[in-house]
Amino acid sequence: MNAPGIGATRYIGQRVPRKEDPRLLTGRGQFVDDITLPGMLHVAFARSPIARGKILSIDTAAALELPGVHAIYTNTELAAIKVEMLSFYLTPPTVPITPLANGSVAYVGDPIALVIADDRYIAEDAASLIEIQYEEEDPVVTISDAKTGAPVHAGTDNNIAAIMGVEEPDEDLEAILHSAPCLVTHRVTHQRIAQSPMETRGVIVTREGAEELTLYITCQSPHMIARYVSLALGLPDTSIRVIAKDVGGSFGLKNHPWREEMSVIIAGLLFGRPLKWIEDRVENLTSANQAREQEFLVRTAFDANGRLIASHGDYSVNNGAYPQGADCNIAVHMFMWAAYKMPAYAFLTRGWYSNTVGLAAYRGPWAMESLARETALDIAARRLGLEPIELRRRNLVTLTDQPLTTPFGIPLGDITPAECLEKLLETLDVAAFRVEQAEARKQGRYLGLGVAAYIEPTGSAGSIATMTGELAQLRIEPTGKVTATMSTHSQGHGTQTTMAQIIAEKLGVAYEDVTVFEGDSSRGGFSPGAAGSRQGVIAGGATIKASELLAEKVKTLASHLFNAPVESITIENGMVHIAGAKEMTRSLRAIAEIAYGEPARLPPGFEAGLEAQYRYTPPPMTFTSAAHACIVEVDTDTGFVKIQRWISCEDCGTIINPAVVEGQIAGGLAQAIGTVLLEEMSFDARGNPTAVTYKDYLLPSISDIPDFEYLHACTPSQSVGGIRGVGEGGAIIGPPTLVNAIADALAPFGEVPVELPLTPVKLLGVIEGRSLAHKAPEPVAVAAAAPLPAAAPPAPPPSAPSSAAADGMWKMILSTPMGPQEMKGQFITNGTLLTGTLFSDVGDQEFEGSITGNSLKWDLKVKKPISLTLKYDVQIDGDNLTGKVKMGFFGNAKLTGERLP
Amino acid sequence: MSNHDIELTINGRRFAGSVEARKTLSDFLRIDAGYTGVHVGCEHGVCGACTVIVDGRAVRSCLMLAVQVNGAEVKTVEGLAAPDGTLHPAQQALRDEHGLQCGFCTPGVLMTMAVLTAGNAKPSEESLLAALSGHICRCTGYQGIRRAVKRLAGENL
Ligand code: FES
Ligand code: FES
Repeated sequence: MNAPGIGATRYIGQRVPRKEDPRLLTGRGQFVDDITLPGMLHVAFARSPIARGKILSIDTAAALELPGVHAIYTNTELAAIKVEMLSFYLTPPTVPITPLANGSVAYVGDPIALVIADDRYIAEDAASLIEIQYEEEDPVVTISDAKTGAPVHAGTDNNIAAIMGVEEPDEDLEAILHSAPCLVTHRVTHQRIAQSPMETRGVIVTREGAEELTLYITCQSPHMIARYVSLALGLPDTSIRVIAKDVGGSFGLKNHPWREEMSVIIAGLLFGRPLKWIEDRVENLTSANQAREQEFLVRTAFDANGRLIASHGDYSVNNGAYPQGADCNIAVHMFMWAAYKMPAYAFLTRGWYSNTVGLAAYRGPWAMESLARETALDIAARRLGLEPIELRRRNLVTLTDQPLTTPFGIPLGDITPAECLEKLLETLDVAAFRVEQAEARKQGRYLGLGVAAYIEPTGSAGSIATMTGELAQLRIEPTGKVTATMSTHSQGHGTQTTMAQIIAEKLGVAYEDVTVFEGDSSRGGFSPGAAGSRQGVIAGGATIKASELLAEKVKTLASHLFNAPVESITIENGMVHIAGAKEMTRSLRAIAEIAYGEPARLPPGFEAGLEAQYRYTPPPMTFTSAAHACIVEVDTDTGFVKIQRWISCEDCGTIINPAVVEGQIAGGLAQAIGTVLLEEMSFDARGNPTAVTYKDYLLPSISDIPDFEYLHACTPSQSVGGIRGVGEGGAIIGPPTLVNAIADALAPFGEVPVELPLTPVKLLGVIEGRSLAHKAPEPVAVAAAAPLPAAAPPAPPPSAPSSAAADGMWKMILSTPMGPQEMKGQFITNGTLLTGTLFSDVGDQEFEGSITGNSLKWDLKVKKPISLTLKYDVQIDGDNLTGKVKMGFFGNAKLTGERLP
Repeated sequence: MSNHDIELTINGRRFAGSVEARKTLSDFLRIDAGYTGVHVGCEHGVCGACTVIVDGRAVRSCLMLAVQVNGAEVKTVEGLAAPDGTLHPAQQALRDEHGLQCGFCTPGVLMTMAVLTAGNAKPSEESLLAALSGHICRCTGYQGIRRAVKRLAGENL
């Protein structure tokens, strides 16, 4: 370690100006639409105006006649190149997904044809000239439609996209819930959200001969895009370079390419000229995958003192037609009570297909747990007559309770939500507020205080294929300046700044002398970029390690050159010093010139040059904790909410740049405020989106957002550098904090149903004692609406023993919390004895079990990601198998498979 | 489509060319004139990212046609800093106050700030905030923008 000497400049923890800003402030950023390539043509899509139906005909004749139109492709033409629309986990989809509609449409905005033209104006003209005939069908729009409606996807029995947990009620748990002194039954409805990065999606594809493909694309990681495109298109022999220098925000939307981007890429390969597609905002609000739209029924039991006894959660999320990975959001349940002393929790969690645009990630995809839990706690506190803060004090896990392992097997060693809450209370005088609140109420003014606490997994690595470590490659150039090429990527995160701060401090050079390059898959190495609040933690650690290696290299060389012990050498502000020998001080440049250009002067075995790299993989999860408080006034005449004060107390460990940390918190909180008060992506009963511009989809403006106050707790984490992630927290803890404040303000009028957004109309409903302007889903007349079976598909009736039917090799897909996992299984039966082997990426495992009729049962112990016994229960039906796997506390996961020839 | 010849000044430099009648000012500035600092966030007049200065007034270039600026003086974010590179006070304030993250909304925010503080105008914080409520920033939560506003309101420009 290059310990900074006295007088050495510290950069970590400083609000240094950002390296990104000089170009962005002067209009010299390079966003995808800023790139123009010679010979480039432009793409526009023709899209479905109906939510569900068969395509009877597509007539492109008139469109093709338009001058300036070069080609029109439908799915038929694109099918010349095979594509598999992978999830973020790089697993295949659970229902067939094609880039363009394949014979039918499944949501309004479903892309049907792609026009290639001289410019975007002509391309859009032509798209509108394409004549498409449909046979319209009744759509499945809401979660409740999905539960009873006809399956969205042909060949499926129902609309369940993903399911985990236990469907049958647990009698013991039910008994505890029903006999508890206080049972809070709490229904939370979260609207659908459009991530709304200010830069819409866009891509430029250029094929450079048979073996090279270059993409410019707005994304969260160029490396991730290169990996995805190579696998999805099966192009192992093509060299793919992905460039994304500046990206105008993403928030989960741009994790990987989806249908439109893949269509353009395939069209580019087919057409052979550079193509550009830039999504417009109406497309973005209707056809870019969206997020949230969840329903959560949580029942939570407390004893008379407000201590938690037990809880049950029933969660549903609308997956739309083509989610970026079918999802039932198991993380909601994993983190639901992780920071609380909760003795018993069970759940059922389901994702539902519908005729709406598909599900994608949005900042803190599992945030529903904090919203449901923290609002339920406040309801309980009101019922029990306790201050909500006191209720949390009685139940939060404190530092002295740790280490402990949650029922989900998550080890906790240093979470600090309770400590953050106490620190927050040093700044917030609750007693004084209660006096003020009481006085205000006498005057007919309704003030409310909301508090919430949470923990969040950040910087996770090692348990999901795409959640890897991060790479830092550093070199001291012959000029003495420092260059880094990183696996990081910024969509506003400022990683060029934060990584340079670390390098400058750890290497002993001036911040101004460090340049960080990212945003190009030809630089650095693989990482998923900005996903899961990971870059500070992991790339920070990698940068520290690489800087240490490089500093060691400089010292080794200097020690040899000056014949001085390594320990006597320090690097400060770009100069190499030898203790007690001032006259021997040299610039890094002088040392670097020797390292690169004078091999004869190097020590034996010393690799010429001054370069080092390190790929850091941190502990599997690093937790960030926080407690927030906000004070609102609700105008009882208008239903408007005015946020008067907001205090954040977060513990994100070592802070690299407080301005960047606070920027992440504030950005997340603004999105939280939008979620609670303004934003709503909804559909009418025919599946037509009702917010297609920013006049209807309301984003918070500067007048909606208060000044935030920040307190930093700074408990170093176990990862190198002690950093914790901070990218998503504001969006997770913000909603319950604000909802609690509004509910506290309006407590004299009764409980405020948590049905987001809490618009003035809804709040007036509470104030005036009317029920909320309930968006009762209009029952849609659905053809052949067969009710779903209440439980898992029933096992086929026992048939004559046919053990041999099981013998052989099977390909199986297990829907796990980490996404679908593919494996192969070999079964050998002997009477009722079953033996076999499962082959998967994590290795081969043998097992023994039993077979009765067509029903196979066996147990398997696994160690990763946590120790678990998996109980397999499988039915064989000819060449197919279905079944479930009980995964300990995670509940049940679905297994499907087919016989291999 | 009919084409029209237009001549105007962009960031102090003369530009002459022919544009289609239907071409928006934002597309003209970005594609024909090469000023890609003009960002297009919504193309329907809500987000403010495309704001440029036309004859001293802030306009949403996605809602104006290129033919309408014939003979006008247009300024984009590229023309905001002094020729020697010295940042405009609004640029400097946003830089010092960490008023941007992805930087996509930034050019529009800057142009509105620049118009309101042009000459020696010392706008009040309220009037600056009112004008900026027409700009959407999805990244920053507006904290740094508001701090920059405070500085601009207090500064004698
Ligand atoms: S692009 Fe002009 S206001 Fe949004
Ligand atoms: S900085 Fe990204 S939208 Fe404002």
